[in-house]
Amino acid sequence: MGAIIEVDHISKQYGSGTKALDDVSLTIEEGEILALLGPNGAGKTTLISIICGLVVPTGGTVRVGGHDIRSDWRAARELIGLVPQEISLDLFETVENSVKFSRGLYGKGTDAAYVEQVLRSLTLWDKRDAQIRELSGGMKRRVLIAKALAHRPRVLFLDEPTAGVDVTLRREMWQVVRQLREDGVTIILTTHYLEEAEEMADRVGVINKGQLLLLRPKSDLMGEFGCKTLTIEMDQPLTALPEGLRDRDLILSEDGLTIGYNYDTRSGRSGIGRLLADLSAAGISVRDVATTQSSLEEVFLNLVEEKA
Amino acid sequence: MNWQSVRAIYKKEMMRFFRTLTQSIASPVISTTLYFVVFGAAIGGRIQSVEGIPYGAFIVPGLMMLTVLQQSVANASFGIYFPKFSGTIYELLVAPTGWIEVALGFVGAAATKAIFVALLILGTSYFFVDMSVQHPVWMMVFLILTAVCFSLLGFIIGLWAKNFEQLQIIPMMVITPLVFLGGAFYSANMLPPFWEQVAKLNPVLYLVSGFRWAFFGLADVPVGVSLVAVAIMTVLLLAAIRWIFLTGWRLRE
Repeated sequence: MGAIIEVDHISKQYGSGTKALDDVSLTIEEGEILALLGPNGAGKTTLISIICGLVVPTGGTVRVGGHDIRSDWRAARELIGLVPQEISLDLFETVENSVKFSRGLYGKGTDAAYVEQVLRSLTLWDKRDAQIRELSGGMKRRVLIAKALAHRPRVLFLDEPTAGVDVTLRREMWQVVRQLREDGVTIILTTHYLEEAEEMADRVGVINKGQLLLLRPKSDLMGEFGCKTLTIEMDQPLTALPEGLRDRDLILSEDGLTIGYNYDTRSGRSGIGRLLADLSAAGISVRDVATTQSSLEEVFLNLVEEKA
Repeated sequence: MNWQSVRAIYKKEMMRFFRTLTQSIASPVISTTLYFVVFGAAIGGRIQSVEGIPYGAFIVPGLMMLTVLQQSVANASFGIYFPKFSGTIYELLVAPTGWIEVALGFVGAAATKAIFVALLILGTSYFFVDMSVQHPVWMMVFLILTAVCFSLLGFIIGLWAKNFEQLQIIPMMVITPLVFLGGAFYSANMLPPFWEQVAKLNPVLYLVSGFRWAFFGLADVPVGVSLVAVAIMTVLLLAAIRWIFLTGWRLRE
Protein backbone atom coordinates (compact mmCIF):
# COMPACT_ATOMS: atom_id res chain seq x y z
CA MET A 1 0.00 0.00 0.00
CA GLY A 2 1.14 3.57 -0.61
CA ALA A 3 1.70 6.49 1.69
CA ILE A 4 -1.41 7.98 3.25
CA ILE A 5 0.38 10.75 5.16
CA GLU A 6 3.47 12.63 4.06
CA VAL A 7 4.98 15.03 6.58
CA ASP A 8 7.68 17.14 4.99
CA HIS A 9 10.06 19.30 7.07
CA ILE A 10 7.40 20.38 9.55
CA SER A 11 8.40 22.89 12.22
CA LYS A 12 6.42 24.62 14.91
CA GLN A 13 7.66 27.48 17.01
CA TYR A 14 5.28 29.14 19.46
CA GLY A 15 5.16 32.88 20.10
CA SER A 16 7.07 32.38 23.34
CA GLY A 17 9.99 31.05 21.31
CA THR A 18 9.44 27.43 22.32
CA LYS A 19 10.30 25.11 19.46
CA ALA A 20 7.77 22.28 19.66
CA LEU A 21 8.81 20.61 16.40
CA ASP A 22 12.04 20.98 14.51
CA ASP A 23 12.14 19.92 10.88
CA VAL A 24 10.22 16.67 11.22
CA SER A 25 9.64 14.52 8.14
CA LEU A 26 7.96 11.14 7.97
CA THR A 27 5.74 9.02 5.78
CA ILE A 28 2.92 6.86 7.09
CA GLU A 29 1.82 3.89 5.04
CA GLU A 30 -1.84 3.10 4.53
CA GLY A 31 -3.09 0.32 6.80
CA GLU A 32 -0.27 0.37 9.33
CA ILE A 33 -0.28 1.11 13.04
CA LEU A 34 2.35 3.68 13.89
CA ALA A 35 3.18 4.42 17.51
CA LEU A 36 4.76 7.74 18.35
CA LEU A 37 6.73 7.55 21.53
CA GLY A 38 8.32 10.29 23.50
CA PRO A 39 8.46 11.86 26.92
CA ASN A 40 6.07 14.63 27.99
CA GLY A 41 6.45 17.74 25.87
CA ALA A 42 8.42 15.87 23.21
CA GLY A 43 6.18 17.16 20.41
CA LYS A 44 3.96 14.12 19.74
CA THR A 45 0.65 15.90 20.27
CA THR A 46 1.87 18.96 18.35
CA LEU A 47 2.71 16.74 15.39
CA ILE A 48 -0.70 15.08 15.23
CA SER A 49 -2.41 18.41 15.95
CA ILE A 50 -0.70 19.89 12.88
CA ILE A 51 -1.71 16.96 10.67
CA CYS A 52 -5.30 17.21 11.92
CA GLY A 53 -5.47 20.99 11.45
CA LEU A 54 -5.61 22.02 15.11
CA VAL A 55 -2.23 23.75 15.07
CA VAL A 56 -0.78 25.85 12.27
CA PRO A 57 2.83 24.91 11.50
CA THR A 58 5.48 27.58 11.10
CA GLY A 59 7.14 25.66 8.29
CA GLY A 60 6.84 22.60 6.09
CA THR A 61 3.97 20.78 4.42
CA VAL A 62 1.67 17.87 5.19
CA ARG A 63 -0.29 15.84 2.69
CA VAL A 64 -3.05 13.42 3.64
CA GLY A 65 -4.17 11.05 0.92
CA GLY A 66 -2.33 13.33 -1.52
CA HIS A 67 -4.21 16.43 -0.35
CA ASP A 68 -2.29 19.37 1.15
CA ILE A 69 -3.70 20.16 4.58
CA ARG A 70 -3.56 23.91 3.92
CA SER A 71 -4.60 24.38 0.29
CA ASP A 72 -6.89 21.33 0.02
CA TRP A 73 -7.94 21.13 3.66
CA ARG A 74 -11.49 19.91 3.16
CA ALA A 75 -10.43 16.83 1.21
CA ALA A 76 -7.55 16.16 3.61
CA ARG A 77 -9.69 16.42 6.72
CA GLU A 78 -12.40 14.16 5.36
CA LEU A 79 -9.90 11.32 5.59
CA ILE A 80 -8.96 11.92 9.21
CA GLY A 81 -10.53 11.03 12.55
CA LEU A 82 -9.06 12.27 15.81
CA VAL A 83 -9.47 10.86 19.30
CA PRO A 84 -8.08 13.53 21.61
CA GLN A 85 -6.16 12.91 24.79
CA GLU A 86 -8.67 14.67 27.03
CA ILE A 87 -12.23 13.44 27.37
CA SER A 88 -13.82 16.38 25.56
CA LEU A 89 -17.52 15.66 25.23
CA ASP A 90 -20.81 17.47 25.60
CA LEU A 91 -21.90 15.67 28.75
CA PHE A 92 -25.59 16.46 28.36
CA GLU A 93 -25.87 14.99 24.89
CA THR A 94 -26.90 11.38 24.30
CA VAL A 95 -24.37 8.94 22.87
CA GLU A 96 -26.22 8.48 19.60
CA ASN A 97 -26.83 12.18 19.03
CA SER A 98 -23.20 12.91 19.74
CA VAL A 99 -22.07 10.45 17.06
CA LYS A 100 -24.66 11.77 14.60
CA PHE A 101 -23.41 15.31 15.23
CA SER A 102 -19.88 14.23 14.33
CA ARG A 103 -21.16 12.70 11.09
CA GLY A 104 -22.92 15.96 10.28
CA LEU A 105 -19.74 17.97 10.73
CA TYR A 106 -18.12 15.87 8.03
CA GLY A 107 -20.98 16.55 5.66
CA LYS A 108 -22.44 13.06 6.03
CA GLY A 109 -26.16 12.50 6.13
CA THR A 110 -28.02 10.19 8.44
CA ASP A 111 -26.92 6.56 8.20
CA ALA A 112 -28.62 4.78 11.07
CA ALA A 113 -27.21 1.39 10.08
CA TYR A 114 -23.60 2.61 10.12
CA VAL A 115 -24.04 4.50 13.40
CA GLU A 116 -25.51 1.34 14.92
CA GLN A 117 -22.59 -0.70 13.58
CA VAL A 118 -20.05 1.70 15.11
CA LEU A 119 -21.85 1.79 18.46
CA ARG A 120 -22.19 -1.97 18.55
CA SER A 121 -18.53 -2.52 17.68
CA LEU A 122 -17.61 -0.33 20.65
CA THR A 123 -20.23 -1.97 22.90
CA LEU A 124 -22.08 1.33 23.24
CA TRP A 125 -25.31 0.36 21.54
CA ASP A 126 -27.12 -0.35 24.81
CA LYS A 127 -26.12 3.10 26.02
CA ARG A 128 -27.14 4.98 22.89
CA ASP A 129 -29.90 6.92 24.64
CA ALA A 130 -27.89 7.62 27.78
CA GLN A 131 -26.49 11.08 28.39
CA ILE A 132 -22.70 10.98 28.21
CA ARG A 133 -22.38 12.23 31.78
CA GLU A 134 -23.95 8.95 32.95
CA LEU A 135 -21.16 6.84 31.40
CA SER A 136 -18.00 5.49 32.98
CA GLY A 137 -14.60 6.85 32.00
CA GLY A 138 -13.93 3.91 29.72
CA MET A 139 -17.23 4.31 27.93
CA LYS A 140 -16.57 8.01 27.43
CA ARG A 141 -13.30 7.12 25.73
CA ARG A 142 -15.17 4.72 23.49
CA VAL A 143 -17.65 7.49 22.64
CA LEU A 144 -14.69 9.61 21.54
CA ILE A 145 -13.60 6.77 19.25
CA ALA A 146 -17.15 6.33 17.93
CA LYS A 147 -17.30 10.04 17.12
CA ALA A 148 -13.94 9.90 15.37
CA LEU A 149 -15.16 6.94 13.29
CA ALA A 150 -18.55 8.45 12.50
CA HIS A 151 -17.53 9.60 9.02
CA ARG A 152 -15.57 6.45 8.08
CA PRO A 153 -12.07 7.98 8.18
CA ARG A 154 -9.14 6.25 6.50
CA VAL A 155 -6.74 7.50 9.15
CA LEU A 156 -7.39 7.51 12.86
CA PHE A 157 -5.26 9.46 15.32
CA LEU A 158 -5.37 8.26 18.91
CA ASP A 159 -3.67 10.69 21.26
CA GLU A 160 -2.76 8.79 24.40
CA PRO A 161 -5.81 6.52 24.06
CA THR A 162 -5.27 4.64 27.29
CA ALA A 163 -3.88 7.40 29.49
CA GLY A 164 -5.23 6.96 32.99
CA VAL A 165 -7.34 3.89 32.28
CA ASP A 166 -7.06 0.59 34.12
CA VAL A 167 -5.37 -2.50 32.72
CA THR A 168 -8.59 -4.28 31.75
CA LEU A 169 -9.87 -1.30 29.84
CA ARG A 170 -6.49 -0.78 28.20
CA ARG A 171 -6.59 -4.29 26.81
CA GLU A 172 -10.15 -3.69 25.65
CA MET A 173 -8.98 -0.58 23.79
CA TRP A 174 -6.16 -2.51 22.16
CA GLN A 175 -8.71 -4.99 20.91
CA VAL A 176 -10.72 -2.12 19.41
CA VAL A 177 -7.61 -0.75 17.71
CA ARG A 178 -6.70 -4.15 16.27
CA GLN A 179 -10.22 -4.53 14.92
CA LEU A 180 -9.97 -1.10 13.27
CA ARG A 181 -6.73 -2.07 11.61
CA GLU A 182 -8.36 -5.23 10.32
CA ASP A 183 -11.05 -2.98 8.87
CA GLY A 184 -8.34 -1.17 6.93
CA VAL A 185 -7.99 1.97 9.03
CA THR A 186 -4.51 3.44 9.34
CA ILE A 187 -3.80 4.18 12.98
CA ILE A 188 -1.36 6.63 14.49
CA LEU A 189 -1.19 6.57 18.24
CA THR A 190 0.85 8.49 20.71
CA THR A 191 1.53 6.81 23.96
CA HIS A 192 3.52 6.83 27.14
CA TYR A 193 2.94 3.14 27.58
CA LEU A 194 5.69 1.40 25.72
CA GLU A 195 3.89 -1.84 26.33
CA GLU A 196 1.13 -0.43 24.16
CA ALA A 197 3.47 0.28 21.26
CA GLU A 198 5.16 -3.07 21.71
CA GLU A 199 1.81 -4.83 21.70
CA MET A 200 0.24 -3.14 18.71
CA ALA A 201 2.49 -1.06 16.49
CA ASP A 202 3.95 -2.08 13.15
CA ARG A 203 6.35 0.83 13.24
CA VAL A 204 7.60 3.00 16.05
CA GLY A 205 8.65 6.62 15.89
CA VAL A 206 10.54 8.18 18.75
CA ILE A 207 10.23 11.92 19.25
CA ASN A 208 12.21 13.92 21.75
CA LYS A 209 12.66 17.68 22.05
CA GLY A 210 10.73 18.27 18.84
CA GLN A 211 12.89 15.99 16.73
CA LEU A 212 12.07 12.62 15.25
CA LEU A 213 14.93 10.50 16.52
CA LEU A 214 13.99 7.43 14.54
CA LEU A 215 11.18 5.72 12.69
CA ARG A 216 11.57 1.98 12.22
CA PRO A 217 9.56 -1.21 12.06
CA LYS A 218 9.13 -2.37 15.63
CA SER A 219 10.84 -5.69 15.00
CA ASP A 220 13.90 -3.98 13.46
CA LEU A 221 14.05 -1.57 16.36
CA MET A 222 13.97 -4.28 18.95
CA GLY A 223 16.51 -6.28 17.00
CA GLU A 224 18.79 -3.33 16.37
CA PHE A 225 18.73 -1.74 19.76
CA GLY A 226 17.59 -4.60 21.89
CA CYS A 227 19.79 -6.86 23.94
CA LYS A 228 18.90 -10.41 24.73
CA THR A 229 19.53 -12.22 27.96
CA LEU A 230 20.25 -15.92 28.08
CA THR A 231 19.24 -17.49 31.38
CA ILE A 232 20.89 -20.80 32.13
CA GLU A 233 19.37 -22.97 34.82
CA MET A 234 21.63 -25.57 36.41
CA ASP A 235 21.00 -28.87 38.17
CA GLN A 236 23.34 -28.11 41.06
CA PRO A 237 23.92 -24.72 42.68
CA LEU A 238 27.29 -23.03 42.26
CA THR A 239 29.04 -21.13 45.00
CA ALA A 240 31.11 -19.20 42.44
CA LEU A 241 31.72 -19.10 38.74
CA PRO A 242 34.46 -21.49 37.57
CA GLU A 243 37.88 -19.95 36.95
CA GLY A 244 37.64 -20.11 33.15
CA LEU A 245 34.32 -18.29 33.03
CA ARG A 246 35.09 -15.35 35.28
CA ASP A 247 36.30 -13.11 32.48
CA ARG A 248 32.91 -13.48 30.75
CA ASP A 249 30.11 -11.03 31.48
CA LEU A 250 28.07 -13.52 33.48
CA ILE A 251 25.79 -12.97 36.46
CA LEU A 252 25.36 -15.74 38.99
CA SER A 253 22.11 -15.65 40.94
CA GLU A 254 22.16 -15.50 44.74
CA ASP A 255 20.94 -19.08 45.07
CA GLY A 256 23.62 -20.17 42.62
CA LEU A 257 21.13 -21.99 40.40
CA THR A 258 21.03 -19.67 37.38
CA ILE A 259 23.54 -17.80 35.27
CA GLY A 260 22.51 -14.75 33.26
CA TYR A 261 24.33 -13.84 30.07
CA ASN A 262 23.62 -10.60 28.17
CA TYR A 263 24.46 -10.49 24.49
CA ASP A 264 23.99 -7.97 21.73
CA THR A 265 21.78 -9.18 18.87
CA ARG A 266 23.59 -6.83 16.49
CA SER A 267 26.89 -8.61 16.81
CA GLY A 268 27.42 -11.52 14.47
CA ARG A 269 28.50 -13.87 17.23
CA SER A 270 26.37 -14.26 20.31
CA GLY A 271 28.89 -16.46 22.08
CA ILE A 272 26.15 -18.77 23.30
CA GLY A 273 27.57 -21.91 21.75
CA ARG A 274 30.99 -21.34 23.25
CA LEU A 275 29.53 -20.52 26.64
CA LEU A 276 27.50 -23.72 26.72
CA ALA A 277 30.55 -25.72 25.63
CA ASP A 278 32.67 -24.09 28.36
CA LEU A 279 30.01 -24.87 30.96
CA SER A 280 29.95 -28.48 29.85
CA ALA A 281 33.76 -28.64 29.92
CA ALA A 282 33.69 -27.28 33.47
CA GLY A 283 31.39 -30.15 34.42
CA ILE A 284 28.34 -27.99 34.97
CA SER A 285 25.14 -29.75 34.10
CA VAL A 286 22.56 -27.48 32.43
CA ARG A 287 18.90 -28.17 33.17
CA ASP A 288 17.26 -25.51 31.00
CA VAL A 289 17.97 -22.39 28.96
CA ALA A 290 15.72 -19.45 28.08
CA THR A 291 16.18 -16.16 26.26
CA THR A 292 14.40 -12.88 26.93
CA GLN A 293 14.52 -9.75 24.82
CA SER A 294 14.75 -6.29 26.35
CA SER A 295 11.46 -4.45 26.23
CA LEU A 296 10.73 -1.47 24.05
CA GLU A 297 10.83 0.58 27.21
CA GLU A 298 14.50 -0.22 27.66
CA VAL A 299 15.14 0.43 23.97
CA PHE A 300 13.34 3.74 24.23
CA LEU A 301 15.15 4.85 27.37
CA ASN A 302 18.51 3.87 25.89
CA LEU A 303 17.74 5.84 22.77
CA VAL A 304 16.49 9.00 24.47
CA GLU A 305 19.42 9.00 26.91
CA GLU A 306 21.87 8.36 24.09
CA LYS A 307 20.61 11.34 22.05
CA ALA A 308 20.11 13.68 25.00
CA MET B 1 -20.02 24.65 1.28
CA ASN B 2 -20.76 21.93 3.85
CA TRP B 3 -24.49 22.43 4.51
CA GLN B 4 -24.73 19.24 6.54
CA SER B 5 -22.35 20.71 9.09
CA VAL B 6 -24.38 23.93 9.29
CA ARG B 7 -27.45 21.82 9.93
CA ALA B 8 -25.64 19.68 12.53
CA ILE B 9 -24.39 22.69 14.50
CA TYR B 10 -27.74 24.49 14.24
CA LYS B 11 -29.65 21.40 15.39
CA LYS B 12 -27.30 20.75 18.29
CA GLU B 13 -27.60 24.35 19.48
CA MET B 14 -31.37 24.33 19.18
CA MET B 15 -31.53 21.06 21.13
CA ARG B 16 -29.57 22.74 23.90
CA PHE B 17 -32.14 25.55 23.85
CA PHE B 18 -35.04 23.13 24.09
CA ARG B 19 -33.33 21.21 26.90
CA THR B 20 -33.49 24.40 28.96
CA LEU B 21 -36.68 25.79 27.47
CA THR B 22 -38.32 26.83 30.73
CA GLN B 23 -35.40 28.91 31.91
CA SER B 24 -34.79 30.18 28.39
CA ILE B 25 -38.23 31.74 28.13
CA ALA B 26 -39.28 32.29 31.74
CA SER B 27 -36.52 34.77 32.49
CA PRO B 28 -37.13 37.18 29.58
CA VAL B 29 -40.92 36.99 29.95
CA ILE B 30 -40.74 37.80 33.68
CA SER B 31 -38.29 40.65 33.02
CA THR B 32 -40.56 42.09 30.33
CA THR B 33 -43.58 41.87 32.55
CA LEU B 34 -41.68 43.80 35.19
CA TYR B 35 -40.70 46.45 32.62
CA PHE B 36 -44.37 46.85 31.70
CA VAL B 37 -45.34 47.14 35.34
CA VAL B 38 -42.59 49.66 36.15
CA PHE B 39 -42.36 51.69 32.94
CA GLY B 40 -45.80 51.13 31.51
CA ALA B 41 -48.02 51.35 34.56
CA ALA B 42 -46.00 53.34 37.13
CA ILE B 43 -44.04 55.81 34.95
CA GLY B 44 -46.25 55.53 31.87
CA GLY B 45 -49.16 56.77 33.91
CA ARG B 46 -47.39 60.16 34.19
CA ILE B 47 -46.00 60.31 30.61
CA GLN B 48 -49.28 59.42 28.89
CA SER B 49 -48.00 59.43 25.30
CA VAL B 50 -44.89 59.99 23.18
CA GLU B 51 -45.49 61.54 19.75
CA GLY B 52 -49.11 60.50 20.01
CA ILE B 53 -48.42 56.87 20.98
CA PRO B 54 -49.41 55.61 24.44
CA TYR B 55 -46.21 55.18 26.44
CA GLY B 56 -46.94 51.53 27.22
CA ALA B 57 -47.12 50.74 23.50
CA PHE B 58 -44.19 53.06 22.67
CA ILE B 59 -41.75 50.98 24.75
CA VAL B 60 -42.72 47.62 23.20
CA PRO B 61 -40.28 47.85 20.24
CA GLY B 62 -37.56 49.01 22.63
CA LEU B 63 -38.22 46.13 24.98
CA MET B 64 -38.14 43.66 22.09
CA MET B 65 -34.86 45.17 20.89
CA LEU B 66 -33.42 45.01 24.39
CA THR B 67 -34.32 41.33 24.52
CA VAL B 68 -33.09 40.51 21.01
CA LEU B 69 -29.76 42.20 21.61
CA GLN B 70 -29.18 40.59 24.98
CA GLN B 71 -30.37 37.15 23.88
CA SER B 72 -28.46 37.22 20.59
CA VAL B 73 -25.19 38.17 22.23
CA ALA B 74 -25.66 35.79 25.17
CA ASN B 75 -26.72 32.79 23.07
CA ALA B 76 -24.04 33.15 20.42
CA SER B 77 -21.21 33.96 22.82
CA PHE B 78 -22.05 31.06 25.13
CA GLY B 79 -22.69 28.76 22.16
CA ILE B 80 -19.13 29.05 20.86
CA TYR B 81 -17.39 29.73 24.18
CA PHE B 82 -18.67 26.55 25.83
CA PRO B 83 -17.00 24.18 23.31
CA LYS B 84 -13.80 26.17 23.85
CA PHE B 85 -14.17 25.80 27.61
CA SER B 86 -15.03 22.09 27.51
CA GLY B 87 -12.51 21.26 24.79
CA THR B 88 -15.11 19.99 22.32
CA ILE B 89 -14.13 22.79 19.92
CA TYR B 90 -11.50 20.38 18.55
CA GLU B 91 -14.27 18.63 16.64
CA LEU B 92 -15.17 21.77 14.74
CA LEU B 93 -11.55 22.55 14.00
CA VAL B 94 -10.57 19.15 12.62
CA ALA B 95 -13.73 18.68 10.54
CA PRO B 96 -13.96 19.82 6.91
CA THR B 97 -16.06 22.72 8.13
CA GLY B 98 -15.10 26.28 7.23
CA TRP B 99 -15.59 29.50 9.13
CA ILE B 100 -18.77 30.33 7.29
CA GLU B 101 -20.41 27.01 8.16
CA VAL B 102 -19.46 27.28 11.82
CA ALA B 103 -20.66 30.89 11.98
CA LEU B 104 -23.91 30.09 10.16
CA GLY B 105 -24.67 27.20 12.50
CA PHE B 106 -24.02 29.04 15.75
CA VAL B 107 -25.27 32.45 14.66
CA GLY B 108 -28.35 30.98 12.98
CA ALA B 109 -29.30 29.13 16.16
CA ALA B 110 -28.59 32.11 18.42
CA ALA B 111 -30.63 34.42 16.18
CA THR B 112 -33.50 31.90 16.03
CA LYS B 113 -33.65 31.70 19.81
CA ALA B 114 -33.50 35.48 20.18
CA ILE B 115 -36.28 35.99 17.62
CA PHE B 116 -38.40 33.34 19.33
CA VAL B 117 -38.06 35.08 22.69
CA ALA B 118 -38.70 38.53 21.14
CA LEU B 119 -41.92 37.30 19.55
CA LEU B 120 -42.90 35.81 22.87
CA ILE B 121 -42.44 39.24 24.41
CA LEU B 122 -44.53 40.79 21.68
CA GLY B 123 -47.25 38.29 22.53
CA THR B 124 -46.89 39.06 26.24
CA SER B 125 -47.18 42.80 25.56
CA TYR B 126 -50.69 42.34 24.18
CA PHE B 127 -51.75 41.46 27.73
CA PHE B 128 -50.70 44.96 28.82
CA VAL B 129 -51.19 47.31 25.87
CA ASP B 130 -53.49 47.77 22.92
CA MET B 131 -51.52 48.23 19.71
CA SER B 132 -50.99 46.99 16.16
CA VAL B 133 -47.93 46.61 13.96
CA GLN B 134 -48.13 48.87 10.88
CA HIS B 135 -45.43 47.12 8.82
CA PRO B 136 -45.24 43.49 10.02
CA VAL B 137 -42.94 42.40 7.20
CA TRP B 138 -40.45 45.18 7.94
CA MET B 139 -40.75 44.42 11.62
CA MET B 140 -39.60 40.87 10.89
CA VAL B 141 -36.85 42.16 8.57
CA PHE B 142 -35.47 44.41 11.31
CA LEU B 143 -35.89 41.69 13.91
CA ILE B 144 -33.99 39.12 11.84
CA LEU B 145 -31.27 41.54 10.76
CA THR B 146 -30.71 42.74 14.31
CA ALA B 147 -30.71 39.23 15.73
CA VAL B 148 -28.18 38.08 13.12
CA CYS B 149 -26.02 41.17 13.52
CA PHE B 150 -25.77 40.91 17.31
CA SER B 151 -25.43 37.14 17.22
CA LEU B 152 -22.36 37.73 15.05
CA LEU B 153 -21.09 40.14 17.70
CA GLY B 154 -21.80 37.58 20.42
CA PHE B 155 -20.01 34.92 18.39
CA ILE B 156 -16.90 37.12 18.26
CA ILE B 157 -17.13 37.76 22.00
CA GLY B 158 -17.30 34.00 22.58
CA LEU B 159 -14.26 33.44 20.36
CA TRP B 160 -12.36 36.23 22.11
CA ALA B 161 -13.27 35.34 25.71
CA LYS B 162 -10.74 33.36 27.70
CA ASN B 163 -12.96 32.91 30.75
CA PHE B 164 -16.56 33.30 31.88
CA GLU B 165 -15.86 36.77 33.30
CA GLN B 166 -14.79 38.06 29.89
CA LEU B 167 -17.86 36.41 28.41
CA GLN B 168 -20.09 38.53 30.64
CA ILE B 169 -18.20 41.80 30.64
CA ILE B 170 -19.01 43.08 27.13
CA PRO B 171 -22.75 42.38 27.31
CA MET B 172 -22.86 43.95 30.75
CA MET B 173 -20.58 46.94 30.20
CA VAL B 174 -21.35 47.74 26.55
CA ILE B 175 -24.52 46.17 25.18
CA THR B 176 -26.91 46.98 28.02
CA PRO B 177 -25.84 50.66 28.30
CA LEU B 178 -26.07 51.06 24.52
CA VAL B 179 -29.61 49.71 24.55
CA PHE B 180 -30.72 51.91 27.42
CA LEU B 181 -29.09 54.94 25.77
CA GLY B 182 -30.38 53.93 22.34
CA GLY B 183 -33.92 55.14 22.80
CA ALA B 184 -35.48 51.92 23.97
CA PHE B 185 -37.64 53.76 26.50
CA TYR B 186 -37.77 57.25 24.96
CA SER B 187 -37.56 59.04 21.66
CA ALA B 188 -34.19 60.59 20.78
CA ASN B 189 -36.16 63.72 19.85
CA MET B 190 -36.94 64.13 23.56
CA LEU B 191 -33.23 64.70 24.29
CA PRO B 192 -31.58 68.16 24.29
CA PRO B 193 -30.04 68.89 20.82
CA PHE B 194 -26.45 68.15 21.95
CA TRP B 195 -27.35 64.79 23.48
CA GLU B 196 -29.53 63.96 20.52
CA GLN B 197 -26.42 64.26 18.30
CA VAL B 198 -24.39 62.17 20.76
CA ALA B 199 -27.15 59.53 20.78
CA LYS B 200 -26.84 59.27 17.00
CA LEU B 201 -23.33 57.82 17.48
CA ASN B 202 -24.95 54.86 19.17
CA PRO B 203 -25.60 52.08 16.59
CA VAL B 204 -28.43 50.67 18.69
CA LEU B 205 -30.42 53.90 18.16
CA TYR B 206 -30.68 53.03 14.46
CA LEU B 207 -31.97 49.55 15.22
CA VAL B 208 -34.55 50.73 17.74
CA SER B 209 -35.60 53.58 15.47
CA GLY B 210 -36.09 51.34 12.43
CA PHE B 211 -37.90 48.78 14.50
CA ARG B 212 -40.19 51.39 16.04
CA TRP B 213 -40.96 52.70 12.57
CA ALA B 214 -42.15 49.21 11.59
CA PHE B 215 -44.56 49.35 14.54
CA PHE B 216 -45.83 52.92 14.47
CA GLY B 217 -44.49 54.59 11.31
CA LEU B 218 -42.34 56.91 13.47
CA ALA B 219 -38.55 57.02 13.44
CA ASP B 220 -35.76 59.07 15.05
CA VAL B 221 -33.58 58.55 11.96
CA PRO B 222 -34.53 57.66 8.37
CA VAL B 223 -35.37 53.96 7.97
CA GLY B 224 -32.91 53.58 5.07
CA VAL B 225 -30.10 54.79 7.34
CA SER B 226 -31.11 52.19 9.92
CA LEU B 227 -30.96 49.40 7.33
CA VAL B 228 -27.59 50.56 6.01
CA ALA B 229 -26.23 50.75 9.58
CA VAL B 230 -27.25 47.14 10.26
CA ALA B 231 -25.88 45.98 6.93
CA ILE B 232 -22.50 47.67 7.53
CA MET B 233 -22.26 46.19 11.02
CA THR B 234 -23.08 42.73 9.68
CA VAL B 235 -20.43 42.91 6.97
CA LEU B 236 -17.77 44.17 9.42
CA LEU B 237 -18.57 41.44 11.92
CA LEU B 238 -18.48 38.72 9.24
CA ALA B 239 -15.10 40.00 8.09
CA ALA B 240 -13.82 39.84 11.67
CA ILE B 241 -15.03 36.23 12.08
CA ARG B 242 -13.40 35.24 8.81
CA TRP B 243 -10.13 36.79 9.97
CA ILE B 244 -10.30 34.95 13.31
CA PHE B 245 -10.82 31.57 11.66
CA LEU B 246 -8.25 32.07 8.93
CA THR B 247 -5.54 33.22 11.32
CA GLY B 248 -6.57 30.81 14.07
CA TRP B 249 -6.51 33.63 16.63
CA ARG B 250 -7.60 32.19 19.99
CA LEU B 251 -8.62 29.00 18.20
CA ARG B 252 -5.57 27.22 16.84
CA GLU B 253 -2.84 28.76 19.00
